Order: sequence, then structure tokens, then C-alpha cells
Amino acid sequence: MNRKRQSEVVSKLMDALLPVFAVLAALAIGAVMLIILGANPIEAFGALLEGAFGSANALADTVVKATPLLLIGLGICISFRGNVINIGGEGQMIIGALMATALGLAFPEWPGLLMITLAMVVGFLGGAVWGGIPGALKAYFGVNEILSTIMMNAIAVQLMNFLLAGPMIDPVQAGKASKIPQTARLSNAFDLPRLIPTRLHLGALIAVILAVVVYILLWRTTLGYRIRAVGQNQDASRYAGIDVKRQVVLALLLSGAFAGLAGAIQVFGVNHRMITDGSATGFTGSAGFNGIVAALFGQLHPLGTIPASFLFGALLVGANKLQRVVQVPSAVITALNGLVVIFVVSSEIWRRRRETKRRTEATFEMEIEELHPPPAQDLTANEEGVS
Amino acid sequence: MIGNLFTEAVLVGILASGIRLATPYLYAAIGETFSQRSGVLNLGVEGQMLIGAFAAFFVSFTTGSLWLGLLAAIISGLLMGLAMAFVSINLQAEQGISGIGFYLFGLGLSDLLFQKMLGTVETVSGFRPIYIPYLSDIPIIGDIFFNQNILVYGAYLLVVAAWFVLNKTTIGLKIKAVGESPEAADSLGVSVARVRYFTVILGGGLSGLAGASLSIALLNVFQQNMTSGLGFIAVALVYFGGWRPFAVMGGALLFSMVNSLQLWVQVLNIPIPSDFAVMMPYVLTIIALVITVQRVRPPSALTKPFERGH
Repeated sequence: MNRKRQSEVVSKLMDALLPVFAVLAALAIGAVMLIILGANPIEAFGALLEGAFGSANALADTVVKATPLLLIGLGICISFRGNVINIGGEGQMIIGALMATALGLAFPEWPGLLMITLAMVVGFLGGAVWGGIPGALKAYFGVNEILSTIMMNAIAVQLMNFLLAGPMIDPVQAGKASKIPQTARLSNAFDLPRLIPTRLHLGALIAVILAVVVYILLWRTTLGYRIRAVGQNQDASRYAGIDVKRQVVLALLLSGAFAGLAGAIQVFGVNHRMITDGSATGFTGSAGFNGIVAALFGQLHPLGTIPASFLFGALLVGANKLQRVVQVPSAVITALNGLVVIFVVSSEIWRRRRETKRRTEATFEMEIEELHPPPAQDLTANEEGVS
Repeated sequence: MIGNLFTEAVLVGILASGIRLATPYLYAAIGETFSQRSGVLNLGVEGQMLIGAFAAFFVSFTTGSLWLGLLAAIISGLLMGLAMAFVSINLQAEQGISGIGFYLFGLGLSDLLFQKMLGTVETVSGFRPIYIPYLSDIPIIGDIFFNQNILVYGAYLLVVAAWFVLNKTTIGLKIKAVGESPEAADSLGVSVARVRYFTVILGGGLSGLAGASLSIALLNVFQQNMTSGLGFIAVALVYFGGWRPFAVMGGALLFSMVNSLQLWVQVLNIPIPSDFAVMMPYVLTIIALVITVQRVRPPSALTKPFERGH
């Protein structure tokens, strides 16, 4: 019995460590890529670590970079748990940011605290709309949400390019020939408060608190239970009287809302204006995709996503140093993130196999116990043995 | 100014570039049709195209041979397809998510290689239009259809070949059987894994070719993220065409004509903001998906991994 418990603990531990192995494998391939490109991988990883953690400022930047990843990752936890694949974080973040920025520009004289609160709410709602549309299309028309959310990303990017270079452009830029696509700076009163004298802002704290909220939502509320039930078995949920379509819409809507909030926080906490460089990821910095990577690495658990976002935030900040010190373009991080996604979802097969094994063993054990109930003393002895 | 659109020369120009611009969609979407017909959703098309586009451009640029470039694109696509096949067939990974991983990998790697190996945007002189005796001389028709480069002709021939393979050959029958009912196919002695390996690797090669058609035939440059969602649209076109090659071609043409119109609208300075013009194909994709899902059913085993003895 004791040995069986131990093997169960080992097996669960292996499950928890799978994503770590996946990241190590991705890093190993990354090292090979660096060698082929003529860079010393040890030097490169050293530069990366120093860039991410080397000073208080570096550490603060890592947390700032991790904040949108965490928020988007929280949304991904909700939707993926509901078996809805939301790839639309990029677009949802853009729409949330656009709406929050528009509000901030429209009412520059409002009190700071009021505006910040309202801007967060508006960003949240903007993302919810942009996620809710593909959600409704999936629930009521059967449109594949992966494809529709990707298209919604592209539409949001064009909308942003149009607005930032046109109706919402910074009056200073409008007069210049260069016409950088950016809005005017928001009123200083609207800047998210700084936590310590670095670039670290209140958004990081909001994100961490929301991680706990999402955990409670998913595991302690009826809504969360329904979303997860639909994610595990649609037919069974339907028989149990759950409105499956409604949960699908809600899962995508909520998922989008967190991405929208990430957009609002990015504007009010970091840039203080909305700015892009004309490329698709000019505003988001690919946070919509990297948030998926972080959530998968955090095993789609809101609390697990906190350290996961921190890790990928560190990779992104470290990548800048990598570019300066060993002349390796930061694009290497995008490729690495792709490998992490591939390895994490591929490694799931071992978890599934162990789970099946555990289940068959448990049934077998139960059958044996029914035939020969173990003496009560043995059980207490085991409890002690484990602790 | 809108009136400028309706002159003969402009209309011929729109149609001819529409025919031409369908090329990358066709290669990628026909490849995807094969893999989805066998039950595998390959969402990594965009990444495979980017790698193919870079390989084709780099090899053509350094060796001066477009054919070697083409070969490099196909080989790199095949390798990406092999990796996708292994991950989705042997490791039974969730296809929607692993495909996004391949997209990010292709996006990052092609950008990385571009910056390290080229550094700046260069151009090559790509495949030139081929003159076909008599056909190219027909007024209007000749200009629209028969004044194109070899990859354009190849794309349309591929559609016919795909229709033939899927509907008139044993391998086509096996592919469809594996995609509809892998258990039944397996019990009849068809190797589900082997058929799926074949289609996914084929799809990868064709995606590589689709990338090459952009970088050494249509645009003749390589830039980071130059596909900008084209590969994902190609996946959507397979749904739109109901998994049938000729209907997929119809969808590809619809999209490329919209694209072509959009380009000419910009060329002629018609006052529609270009951002909205660029947005059109994506809006159209969503509308197309809404319309088509109502009437066609995907292959039953699409995205479902198969394991013997279950």
C-alpha cells in the first residue's frame, strides 16, 4: 500500500513536471539553433538571464512584460477549460485598448481614480465584445472559433491602423510628414500608480489578484463548474440541463474580456498613449499569442499561470539583451515559444496514459478491497507513513 | 474616380492579377484539403508557408537558380509536415493548439534566419510569365489566363490532380475512409497512420510551395511575416469549399479577386481607406464560414487522433 501511494505521488509529480521538461527540450533545441547561427548558447542564455533579472529595473521590466501575458493567460484558462480555443487575444487586447484610450482622450479633465476604474471596465467590455462575437458564431452557427478568432485579430489590427493614423492620431503627428501612428498622450492624472520607483505599475498587482478571482470563478462557482463541465463532455452537460451554447459564448466572452483589460492596462500603465509600428503585433508585442503559451505552461491553472507568465516575461525582456550582446535577433524567442507550445501539448500523452493507468489500478484495488477489507489499524499506519 | 475601375484595361488587370493571386491560396488549401480529408487539421500552414517562402527566396538569391529555390521550399515544407505528422499522429497532440505552435515556430524561425542571413530586404527576379503559342494571343482571354508564370499554371493543374486523386484512385478512397471512419479503414487493413503521414507531409510540401509562390513568383521579396494570415485563410477556404478541390478553388478565386480589386482600388486612388480594403478578405472569411457550415459536414474523424485497439 505504502509503495503504491508513493508511486502515485511520483506519478502526479511527473505530471506537474511535464511542462518543465517541455521547456527544457525547447531550450535545448534553441541552443542548437544558436550554435548553428554561430552564437555561444551559454553566453546567450547568460545575457538573457542578466537582461531579465540583472537589476531592479530589469526585474521590474520582466514583471511589467509578464502582466499582459498573465491577464491574457487567465482568459485562456477559462476558454480552454471550456474546450473553446481562443486564438483571438491579439485582437481582443487591441479593441480593449482602443476603447479605453478613446475614453481617456475624450474626458481628460475627469478625476484620475474614476477614469482609471472606468477605463479598465471599458477595456474589459471591449475585449468581451470582440471575444463574444466568435463565441456566438460558434455556439449558434457552428463556426470554428480558431479560424474566426484569427480573422478577428486581423480585422482589429486594420481597425487600429486606421484609427491611430486617422481619427485618433496625435495632433502633433498629424502635422508631421512621418505621421507615427499614435494617439496623444493621456492626461498624467490617468497614469496607473507606480508600485516602487521603477516602471512597475499597479497593473501587475491587479493581474495577480485577478488570478485568484479566476481560480475561485472556475472551481468555486456554478458558472465555472458549468464552463468546465461543457469543456469535458458536452453531451453529458446537456443531459444534466446545462445550456451548452450559453457556456460557449460566456467562455469566449470572458476570455476576450481579460485580453481587453490587458490592453487597457498596457495603455494606462506602460505607454500612456496607444502606439503601434504598422506591423500586426506593433501594439501587442504578440502578447495575445504569448499569453496562450504561458497558460499552457501553467497547465491552464490560473495560479500556475502566474509563475509561467513571469518566466515568459523574463524571456521577452532577456531577448532584448540577447540582441544587443550576442547579436541574436529576438525573433528566436517567438520560435522558442512555438516549440514550447508544441512540446507541452505533445507531452500531454504521457499524462493521459498515466491517468488511464491510475484509473484501472484504482478500480482493481477497489475490487480487491471489497473482497478482503483491510484491517483498520493498517490504514492509520499508512496515513502516518505518508506524512 | 470609381468610373476608372470600369475601363477594359483595368478590368483585365483585375482579373489577371486575381487569377495570379489565387496561387498561394491554391497550393496551401489543396494541401490542407488532403490532410483534413484524412482527419488531421493542420493549423501550421502559415508557419510552413513562411519557412517555405524564406527557403525559396534565400536559395534563389544565393544560387541564382529559381528551381533550386523551389526545391528548397518544398523540402523545408515536407520537413515541417513530417514534424506536424509525428506530433498529431504518434503523440496525439491537440491539433488546434499544436498547429499554433508550428505557426509561432515558423514565424520566429523565418524572421530569425532572415535577419541573420540576409539582414535587409533584397529582391530576386522571379518566375516570368510564359508565352503559350496562340492561347496567349487571344484578346482579353489571353491576357487574363495565358500570360502567367509557371507556378500559376501549376496551381490550377494541382486542383485537377487533387480532384482526380481523391475521387478516382485507391489512395483517394483510403484517404477519405481514414478521415470518415478510421476504425473501419483499420479493420479493412488500411494503415491509418501511414495514410495520415502521407497527407500531412504532402500538405506541408504544398504549403512550402505556396510560400515559394509568394517570395519568388508573385512578390519576389522576403519580409518577416510576409504571409500575414494568408495560410490561415487557406485553412478556412477548405471549410468554405466543403473539402472538395474545385469548390476550394472557387473560394480561392473569390478571395483573390477581392484582393486584386483591393489593390487596384489603392492604385487608382479611389477614396476608400486602404485599411478597410485590406480588412475585406478577413471579414469575407468569417461571412463565408457562417454560410458554409450550415450546409456541409466536415470529415467525421477531423481532429480526432486514432489509436489501434480502442
